[in-house]
Amino acid sequence: MNDLDDAVRRRAIHRQAASIIAAVAPFGIVFGAAAATAGLSLLQAIGFSALVFGGSSQFAAVEILGDGGSVVSAAIAGLLLNVRSLAFGVIMAPALFGVWWQRAAMSQLMIDESTAVGAAQSERRWRRYGYLIAGIGVFLVWNFTTILGHVAFAGAGDLITDLGLDAAGPAAFLALLWPRLSSAPQRRTAIVGALIALALIPFAPPGVPILAAMLGVVAARFGKPDEQPSDAPLDESGARS
Amino acid sequence: MSDATIVLIVMTVGTFALKSAGPLVLGDRSLPRRVQQAVDLLPAALLAALTIVSTVGDGREIVIDARLVGLVVAGIALWQRLPFVVVIVMASAATAFTRLIS
Repeated sequence: MNDLDDAVRRRAIHRQAASIIAAVAPFGIVFGAAAATAGLSLLQAIGFSALVFGGSSQFAAVEILGDGGSVVSAAIAGLLLNVRSLAFGVIMAPALFGVWWQRAAMSQLMIDESTAVGAAQSERRWRRYGYLIAGIGVFLVWNFTTILGHVAFAGAGDLITDLGLDAAGPAAFLALLWPRLSSAPQRRTAIVGALIALALIPFAPPGVPILAAMLGVVAARFGKPDEQPSDAPLDESGARS
Repeated sequence: MSDATIVLIVMTVGTFALKSAGPLVLGDRSLPRRVQQAVDLLPAALLAALTIVSTVGDGREIVIDARLVGLVVAGIALWQRLPFVVVIVMASAATAFTRLIS
């Protein structure tokens, strides 16, 4: 009886993970292409996808580097987009038990998708299972599609603008932002952040307007007191868990 | 070492620290509420800024060109809940088409 329950549970987790893993593939291709356009080598692109392994932060760093931003602003903007891993870590910590090196290794898979699938389960061992399945699946697909995107678009030069692929970056950022806009504090933060960045473009070196946009977080404080920003993790395809 | 490699190394180390702080150090203690709120909101501010800057930014100049058409089309596609691949293809096609006719 218990075995049967387990099999059902496992299948349910696999279904959840599969849709989330599949949704990552096109993002990976766009990232690979963006990395190639920004002048990163294939090895550097894979380095970002395998070692940093955080979709939006990789996009941010590559965008700023490609726009001529400094090393410091690219790295800080990238890291700021991964600060939410800290919160995910707190959510997932009880399920990621083991000796220290096991916990450290499992932590590397901490992204929106794995946290979403993991946190959606009710028991500790299933939270761990969901987190690992989604994390490993996304890791493999993300790295494979990064290579695909880079190889397909390296040296494409004029082809990038001819095909309008320079609009893929902005569209990808908007797609990552979109699911957050359903809550009012998030919306206010986004609008103020965008305005700060826009206003600073002519006056600050590339990358700095993006860092300054984090002051938009303050804007959320001026809302109605009953509006609380949601702390549910979002997968990058936009589904709120 | 190229700029990209330095950024890669810094982000690898920093991201790993952020990812593993919970499971390795914090355990199941929770973050203070205000910190948690700021952490939740931070991506919205940065992603919105990245959207705008990658659409109209070109170094230190604001350049309005065909990318803006692509972004508007992407917004409409997202509003219609179309899948990501479709959003990207439509945004790129709209941008390419605008360049073709202008």
